[in-house]
Amino acid sequence: MRFYEYESKALFRRHGMPLGKSGLARSADDARRIAGEIGGPVVLKSQVLSGGRMKAGAVRFADHPGEAAAHYDAIVPIVVNGQKCRAVLVEERSGVAQEYFAAITWDGRRKCPVLVFSDMGGIDVEEVAEKHPEHVSKTHFSSLLPVTPRIAKQAISATGVSGDALNRLTPIVFELMRIFLAYDLTLAEINPLARLSDGRFLVLDGHIDLEAEARGKHRKLLDELGIQPAETRQAREATPFEIAGAEVNAKDHRGVAGNVVEFDGNLGLVIGAGGGSLTLFDAVRKHGGRPANYCEIGGNPSVNKAKELTKLILSKPGVEKIAVMMNVVSNTRVDIVARGVIKGCIEAGKKPADVIAVFRIPGAWEGEGFKILRKYGVDYCDRSVSMYEAAGRAVAKMKA
Amino acid sequence: MPGMFIDVRVEDEVASDEKLARKLVEVCPVNIFAVDGSRLRIVEENLDECVLCDLCVQAAPPGTVTIVKLYES
Amino acid sequence: MSILVDEKTTFLVQGITGREAVNLTRECLDYGSKIVGGVTPGRAGRDVYGVPVYDCVRDVVKHHGPVQGSVIAVPPGFTRDAAFEAIENGIRLIVVVTENIPRQEVAQMVELATLRGARIIGPNCLGLITPGECKMGGIGGPAANTRQAYTRGPVAIMSRSGGMTTEIASTLTAAGLGQSTAVSIGGDAIIGTTYAELMPLFEADPETKAIAIYSEPGGRMEAELAEWVVAHESRLPIVAFMAGRFMDEMKGMRFGHAGTIVEGKEDTTAAKIERMEKAGISVAERIEEIPKLIQKRLAEKR
Repeated sequence: MRFYEYESKALFRRHGMPLGKSGLARSADDARRIAGEIGGPVVLKSQVLSGGRMKAGAVRFADHPGEAAAHYDAIVPIVVNGQKCRAVLVEERSGVAQEYFAAITWDGRRKCPVLVFSDMGGIDVEEVAEKHPEHVSKTHFSSLLPVTPRIAKQAISATGVSGDALNRLTPIVFELMRIFLAYDLTLAEINPLARLSDGRFLVLDGHIDLEAEARGKHRKLLDELGIQPAETRQAREATPFEIAGAEVNAKDHRGVAGNVVEFDGNLGLVIGAGGGSLTLFDAVRKHGGRPANYCEIGGNPSVNKAKELTKLILSKPGVEKIAVMMNVVSNTRVDIVARGVIKGCIEAGKKPADVIAVFRIPGAWEGEGFKILRKYGVDYCDRSVSMYEAAGRAVAKMKA
Repeated sequence: MPGMFIDVRVEDEVASDEKLARKLVEVCPVNIFAVDGSRLRIVEENLDECVLCDLCVQAAPPGTVTIVKLYES
Repeated sequence: MSILVDEKTTFLVQGITGREAVNLTRECLDYGSKIVGGVTPGRAGRDVYGVPVYDCVRDVVKHHGPVQGSVIAVPPGFTRDAAFEAIENGIRLIVVVTENIPRQEVAQMVELATLRGARIIGPNCLGLITPGECKMGGIGGPAANTRQAYTRGPVAIMSRSGGMTTEIASTLTAAGLGQSTAVSIGGDAIIGTTYAELMPLFEADPETKAIAIYSEPGGRMEAELAEWVVAHESRLPIVAFMAGRFMDEMKGMRFGHAGTIVEGKEDTTAAKIERMEKAGISVAERIEEIPKLIQKRLAEKR
C-alpha cells in the first residue's frame, strides 16, 4: 500500500530524518501562507500516488507566495497516470550540490531485504545500473539478525563515497533500513537524498509502500497518518461496484467472495479461486468474451456470501448473464456455491436457468451440487469439460 | 423465510426437551438451532447454510431429527 | 520413489483444533497419512479424530519420537513463532498453510529454516502429496476427492496455486498420466521453496520423468527456474501453464495471490513465457494441452 509523499515524510520525520521546511496545502490560501512562512523560493508538488509528476507538470517552482497560490490552482486538476491529486506539498527549495539514491526492497529470490544505493541519484536507478554499474551497489542483509550501521556504510562505500559524505550518509541510510523492517514495508526509498550547497544533507523525496498484509499490525501508525482502513491504494482508484464487492466480502468472515474488479463487458463472472480466476478470465477473453468483472471465490464461502456476490454482479448495468466457474475444488464445496448462486439469481428476480450461462465447478461435494443444478435446470458441466471449454460455452451463449 | 434448499424436521419430543434442544444448538456449526425459553426454535434464515454434517441427526434419538433436501423432491 | 513425503512420513498439525485444521486432519487421516500429534496451546489432553493434542511441539516429539514434518494452520499473527517452534524442535519439513503473513515474517522463518537445515513449503499453500502414500495438507480435499484427482505415475507438479495443482492433476489423471509428487508451493511473494529449489529433488527422483508447472505474473521465480534448467542441463522435460495473461495490460493492479502484481517488464507473462521457452520449457495455452505436450516431450526423449 503506497504512501503519499507527505505521509512518507511524516514517518521519516518521526525517525529524525533530515527534512526541509514544508507544509501541506489543501487550498491556494494554504499554499500562499506556507510559502510565506518558509520565506524564500519553494517547490510545490502534487500529492499523487504515481511517478512522472514532473513530466505531467504537477511539480512547480515559486519564488514568492502569490506565485505559490497560482501554482496550487494549476497543479490540483492535473491527473497523473489516472491518479488524482490529493493535496499539494509546499517545500523549501534548496541549492543541491549532489544527489544520492537509497532504497530498500525485498529480493524474492534471495528471500531477504536488499539495500540499493547510488551516488547518482535523482534519475532512474535502473538506467544508472546499466550505464554506470560502478555507481550502484546492491547489498543483501538478514531480516533475522540485528541490522547495524556497517551494512549501510559498506553499501555507500561500495559506490566510491568516502570522507565526510560517508559519515553523514551512513546514519540516514541505516535509519531507512530500520524503518523498512519496523513497519513491514515492501519499499522504502529516498530519491533524491541530497547534499546541499550549504553542506547539509536532506531527504528531498521519499516513497514508501507498506505491505497490505501488515495493515492490521500497523493500524496505529496508519491511524496517526490519517490513512483510512477503506483506502485500497491500488494502481487505480476503486469504483463504487468494487467497493460494494469488498463490503460483501467483509460482512461475512466465512471464506472469500470478493476481490472484485470492474470491467465494461456484458458477461458477469463468478469465478475462483486465486489461480483459477486468472486462468478463467484469460479463457473468456481468448474466446472473445467481454467480462463485466473479475472476482474470486474460495476458502469455502457461506451460501449467503456467494448469494450476495451473485446479486451484486447481476445488478451491474449491462450484465446479461453470469458464468460460474472454478478449478476442481478441494475445500470450497460445489453444493454450497450452487445454493448461493441460485439463491442470488432468484433474489435478483432472474430465473437461474436463463441467467447462468454455464456452471463449471467440479470437486468436493459435486454430487449434491449437480442435483441442485439439475433441479433448477442450470447448464452445468463436470471436470470432463475443461476450464477453457466451459468459458467458451459461456461466451457462445452471449453471442447466440 | 423457510429454506430454499434445506429443511430440518424435529419431532416434538426433542423440540420440547430443553436438554436435547441445547445439544442441537451446540453441535450445529451453522447455527440452525436456537432455544427460546426452554423450547427449540429453527433459525429459518440459516437453513440453507446447512453443510449436511449430520451432527444434529447423531445428537438426537434415531429418527427424531431429519434433514430434508428440498432439491431432491 | 517420490520426493519429500512417502508412506513412512510422520507429521504433526500445529493449530490442530482450528476449523480448517480439523478438516485437513480428517482428510489426511482418511487418505492414510501418519499424523502422530497436534498442538494447540492450552488444549493438551484432547484429541482430534484420535490424534492426541499437546501444548507444545516439544511434547509431540517427546511422546512420539522424531517427527519429520509439521503442517502449520494457525492464524497469521502466530505463524512465524509456530514455524520457529517446529524448526527448533527438530522438524525438518514444514508446510505453512496460513495466508496473509507479511513477507518479513516469511523471510525470517525461511532464514531460520535454512540455518537449521529445515525446509518450508508455503506459506499460502495447500501442501503436497505423493499419491497413494501421503497427503500432507489440504491438497485435493477430502480423501475420496483426492483419490479421484491424483493417481500415481511419472509426472511431478509444482504450482503457485493450490486449486490449480488439483486441476492439473485431474487433467493428467484423465489422460492416463499419474503423478510422482505434487507440491503446492504457495502464492506469496516470498515462499519457502521455489520451483528451482525443488528441481534438484525431482532431478534425483528416478520415478519422475517430467514436470508440469502452473505459473502466474509477478516475481522472478520462473526466471530462476529457467536459469536452473539451463545451468544443470536438466533431464526433465517441463511443461508450464501461464495464467493471468490479461494482467500484462494492468500494471500495478493486484489480482489473485499476494505474489501476483506486475511491477516491471520482467514480471509480465509475456517476458516469463519468452524466458521459459528459451530454456526449453514448453508453455501450454490451456490446461488440457499439458498431457499431450508432456507425452510429446517424453516421446522425443526416447
